[in-house]
Amino acid sequence: MPYPAYMEESIRKVEATRAERLKKGLLPRIPEAEREALVNKFHPDYKKEEMRELKVGPNKGERTPHEVADLLEGSSRVDPDKIELDKIDHDVDVLVIGCGGAGGAAALLAEENGASVLISSKLRLGDANTIGAQAGTQAADRPNDSPAIHYLDIMGGGHFTNDPDLAEALAKDAPDAIRWLESLGVEWDKEPDGSYHELSGGGCAVRRMHSCRDYTGLEEMRTIRDEMRQRNMHGRKIDWLEFEPVIELLMDDKGQVAGAILMNLETKQMSVVRARAVVMATGGVGRTHIQGFPTTNHYGATADGLVLAYRVSCPLVHMDTMQYHPTGAAFPPQILGLLITEKVRTLGAELVNCDGEQFVHPLEARDTEASAEIRECKERGKGVTTPTGEVGLWEDSPMVDIIRGEGTIARELPAMVRQFARFDIDMIHKPMLVYPTLHYQNGGIKIKADASTSVPGLFAAGECEGGVHGRNRLIGNSTLDLFVFGRRAGRAAAKWVKEVKLGKLTLDHVRKWQREIKEAGLEDMPISPMLLPNYARGNRPVPGFVPLGEASEYTPFGDRAVRWI
Amino acid sequence: MAEAEVAEKVRMLDIYIMEKHYQVPEGLTIQTALEYCGYRLIRGCGCRGGSCGACATVYNFTHDPTLRYGLACQTAVELDMCVVQIPCFPTAKPIYDIKKLRPTVDQVLGIYPDLATCFGCNNCTQSCPQDIEVMDFMSAALRGDFPAVTAESFECVMCGMCAARCPQGLSPYNIAMLIRRLHGRYLLPKSKHLEEKVKEIEEGKYDAEYEKLRSTPMEELRHIYDERWIEPK
Ligand SMILES: Cc1cc2nc3c(=O)[nH]c(=O)nc-3n(C[C@H](O)[C@H](O)[C@H](O)COP(=O)(O)OP(=O)(O)OC[C@H]3O[C@@H](n4cnc5c(N)ncnc54)[C@H](O)[C@@H]3O)c2cc1C
Repeated sequence: MPYPAYMEESIRKVEATRAERLKKGLLPRIPEAEREALVNKFHPDYKKEEMRELKVGPNKGERTPHEVADLLEGSSRVDPDKIELDKIDHDVDVLVIGCGGAGGAAALLAEENGASVLISSKLRLGDANTIGAQAGTQAADRPNDSPAIHYLDIMGGGHFTNDPDLAEALAKDAPDAIRWLESLGVEWDKEPDGSYHELSGGGCAVRRMHSCRDYTGLEEMRTIRDEMRQRNMHGRKIDWLEFEPVIELLMDDKGQVAGAILMNLETKQMSVVRARAVVMATGGVGRTHIQGFPTTNHYGATADGLVLAYRVSCPLVHMDTMQYHPTGAAFPPQILGLLITEKVRTLGAELVNCDGEQFVHPLEARDTEASAEIRECKERGKGVTTPTGEVGLWEDSPMVDIIRGEGTIARELPAMVRQFARFDIDMIHKPMLVYPTLHYQNGGIKIKADASTSVPGLFAAGECEGGVHGRNRLIGNSTLDLFVFGRRAGRAAAKWVKEVKLGKLTLDHVRKWQREIKEAGLEDMPISPMLLPNYARGNRPVPGFVPLGEASEYTPFGDRAVRWI
Repeated sequence: MAEAEVAEKVRMLDIYIMEKHYQVPEGLTIQTALEYCGYRLIRGCGCRGGSCGACATVYNFTHDPTLRYGLACQTAVELDMCVVQIPCFPTAKPIYDIKKLRPTVDQVLGIYPDLATCFGCNNCTQSCPQDIEVMDFMSAALRGDFPAVTAESFECVMCGMCAARCPQGLSPYNIAMLIRRLHGRYLLPKSKHLEEKVKEIEEGKYDAEYEKLRSTPMEELRHIYDERWIEPK
């Protein structure tokens, strides 16, 4: 869908100001005091009416978006009285839940440390947020950089709300994570002498973004997945079940996590897994469409890990903060909300309004950048409205080739070029229309530096855990988080396996949970975990259709009657 | 908005999902069109953003039987389109240990002996939704030109369509995966900086710097952060 004429008119204004903007340089960064006021007024996290206090569970009294609260306070898919826990279908050392980068890394390290591993995967192995990551992975390895400088960036980016132990671990393990991935065969972008081709990112003091063109997550994920497949035979012991998500954790009578109930999405059959340790690696929450935002996330990003952990009384942190990526596609409608990687701005593209005027430094921290965009559209009325009623601002991609030489975009951003070309838009020569999109869950399951949680036997890694990034994650620190804490979780779980003595399996925690939500008057909450969103039109209460689950249409729980999914 | 009003505002397109007729509004992808028709996807849907390869789809048109291949989440639905998804296709599953291999053609042929039976029909290239010159990288593989295989196959999302269309039962996408891994591990020059940094960290070189930051009071830390050196572009 090429740009309609009236949008082309606005593009001409962008082109008209380009030379002047290139001469003038970027706007200065927003000073801290002003930044706070901006974020307070415009960032979705600060809309009071969009959140509520949890009434039950370890985070009782804390606030989280309604969409997440509905799931956390939801009722179980399992009837504890109908499940026979003495019929065990799979008996393993470590159960890994989810197979993105974090789950994959945990499985590999657990196996290397002597454990047998079963992976429960809701979709296929690797169909996850990880595979969509484009821009890169941070690690301080250049001579002018250090893990301590990286640490300061992580803390500052998170507005100093991070758990310092976790932030330190993240920075410290980073170079080794890059080395590890390379030893598995990840093809990093390099200079001819072997040093990494490193770019800068929003909120980073030093260039330390390692990339694989703009397919970083794809390259990382497919390599890890291939390695996992190699450890499935010949005495190696990683096994997996695809389309068979966990729907509830199991505990033993000593209060330890001891396995899970799985459900085959196709046959609807349940199975019982006994495991001496469980690694939660279920990723994010984008498909809950908080505040009606579109999302960059994969189909299975439905907060399941948070729900499962919460039911075994594992506390969560920072559940009132989500990351809205400043540049989701606002046009064409077929890719609404999909990510336009920050790398485009890193390479030199500016954000400008409908008149081609700069309004924010292009590399502010994400919450600041997104807030400035919302202000530009909602308060100043300087956005461009699309034929389907979306509003957005221009990301002036042609600047990249002007600044860095012709061919840069094609070389550095092939995925982006391809995606837009599929819908007849040439992003090398024309700007893209963007608006914030729900991207990342900053908080999550509370972990310690070895990826263990406060519940014995439960470990967590990747986007489903929280505390590492505080209230705001920086670019390139999440794909790093996966490998740092994924590897730590795998190691720690394998170690725990050697020490633990399991008691008798039980679902008493589910019985207790059902009592608690009843007492709190929460019987009307949906069944959770959600597993998959329901985009099938027949299940939407309002006829008509808006693609990719927008506000007006989105009804996450239109399928209440259908209990199995 | 009632359905009739939707139909009034946007053009409705006739499409055929596994030969069954539906009408969908213009402006959807094949994936959202399936959902519009009432399908709740389990298989055949992953990242919804063109990078996981879960939604490989074959299609043609009522007026043109030529087969085309696309990712359902990245292909706009068109009038008279006939679509079928191929969510899974069987391939060979050899086992190897990357740490024990060498980056040579012989080793690749040892693992995928049928590679040598490729007779260049070009079905694979024609079936690639990523427009990769699959047949070219297959011949580069046979020549032992691993940098060429890596470069040409880099945008592969491993949807499996090339394997589905190969008359010899080869799976080019898996062969490319192996070769990319060999290339990344053995043939790319190593970074000196990285090795040094890893060693320094292990030896505790940065521990004092950390300690200092960690024991700095918050207000001062904020100040250090605001004033920190930023590398020029
Ligand atoms: C489009 C996009 C681009 C990004 N770009 C970058 C980037 O450039 N740099 C960066 O650092 N970060 C980036 N991020 C963020 C980063 O990729 C993610 O935060 C990270 O990959 C999450 O990894 P994970 O392993 O924790 O979760 P995921 O990769 O999402 O994997 C979780 C897996 O668990 C499965 N699962 C969920 N529930 C269950 C269940 N109940 N049972 C079994 N399995 C389940 C899911 O289906 C999924 O397969 C990006 C994210 C997106 C979406």
